[in-house]
Amino acid sequence: MSSTPVSPAQPAPLTTPLHRLHLELGARMAPFAGYDMPIQYPTGVLAEHLHTRAAAGLFDVSHMGQAILSGPAAAARLETLVPGDLCALAEGRIRYTQFLNEAGGILDDLMVTRLPPAANGDERLFLVVNAACKVQDFARLRQALPDLALGVLEDRALIALQGPLAARALAQLAPGFETMPFMSLRDGRWGDVDLAVSRSGYTGEDGYEISLAASAAEGFARALLALPDVKPIGLGARDSLRLEAGLCLYGHDIDETTSPIEAALTWSISKRRRAEGGFPGADRIQRELRDGPTRLRVGLSPEGRAPAREGTVITDEAGAEIGLVTSGGFGPSLNGPLAVGYVAASHAALDTPVRLVVRGKPLPARIVALPFVPNHFYRG
Amino acid sequence: MSQTFYTKDHEYIRVDGDLGVVGVSDYAQRTLGDVVFVELPAVGAAFARADQAAVVESVKAASEVFAPVSGEVESVNHALEAEPALVNEEPEGKGWFFRMRISDADELSALMDGDAYQAYVQTLE
Repeated sequence: MSSTPVSPAQPAPLTTPLHRLHLELGARMAPFAGYDMPIQYPTGVLAEHLHTRAAAGLFDVSHMGQAILSGPAAAARLETLVPGDLCALAEGRIRYTQFLNEAGGILDDLMVTRLPPAANGDERLFLVVNAACKVQDFARLRQALPDLALGVLEDRALIALQGPLAARALAQLAPGFETMPFMSLRDGRWGDVDLAVSRSGYTGEDGYEISLAASAAEGFARALLALPDVKPIGLGARDSLRLEAGLCLYGHDIDETTSPIEAALTWSISKRRRAEGGFPGADRIQRELRDGPTRLRVGLSPEGRAPAREGTVITDEAGAEIGLVTSGGFGPSLNGPLAVGYVAASHAALDTPVRLVVRGKPLPARIVALPFVPNHFYRG
Repeated sequence: MSQTFYTKDHEYIRVDGDLGVVGVSDYAQRTLGDVVFVELPAVGAAFARADQAAVVESVKAASEVFAPVSGEVESVNHALEAEPALVNEEPEGKGWFFRMRISDADELSALMDGDAYQAYVQTLE
């Protein structure tokens, strides 16, 4: 038996503030984006995935990049790098958007929260970016927006609490976050520890992403894990949860060659920004909005039980190549295989029959709607 | 009286006469994690030693299973199609992959017996 290594060995991996806790919990650790991260705990990926959908899962996402961008008209300035509508973003609200290159390709995807302005009136934005991209993202921001201040929050942890019982669990430690809207941020406290609580996540479930001082993170995580509904969840289940939820994984489903329109992220660009442009690659985005993209990210449902992994060739029924799988595997809640990939626009309609070439065999599959399992975000 | 041999890639073959039952070891199933799909060989397929004979997939990844010795597939464990988790639950019992007719019993001498395999696994953990 042999497996292809997931990634080549990295030199001297970094650790998060919860590293000691992961080891104590018996996690299987592996390098991810330069960090030694928990892939799974002894209960395993299937149980962790299903627990998150049924109760509440705790994820260490402290490897992600956190920063505060501030200065005069910071939102309008950041709009020169992303297609998201940040000027219209209300205080305390969160927007999902993408850093684009001049060709309209995605350099990273990120969350932007508008914080209350500084005393001098400067606008303040809280950014959360992908771990693997954070060094380049922060360098690009400093270079492109020298008039703004970028404060990278090196001493902050980020803990995600996700699942239908996440709100009840957090309320037992720190009440006040139960009815805050989806995609909003609220400050609060756990004892004398400051929490910046976002109602957001990467699982398709209700839940939070909680930013707090690195020094307080282990104690906070232990207090959450002491609750009967909360269990630790590794990156393995984080990936299967986000795949079922139809969410993009940077470097796989989206990268420097894919545009937000091709990636079916058109919803993340407002009417004003579509019309005005003013972000890198706007000509491509506007052309694809007008004429339609040549390829589109779609959901794929294999007919049998065999998973189709990243890199699997997608063909039409006659065997002509029409695309590639960018994420694929097994969906524990779906109880079957699932995949996401790009296909030629001519074959992107729902229910189109296609073939997935797995180990040389063309397996029948269909184009299906995303997400694979319904989202359960908090809607008040 | 059957005897079980192991490969360095963590396949086992439980030999009884010129037939052998092939699967993956307990160490292998623990390393793989939750098994969600097994691709079994066709009955009648002939393999040389170390040919890819099956594929076992966890939530995360696909892994190849190699023929421990040369031979021909006589039957396969269809129960794995509906219940791949048997590989995790009983790797050397109900979680077997296929039964093969061994064409060259001398090849077994290159494999490890149970004690040697346990010692080998210790070096990996």
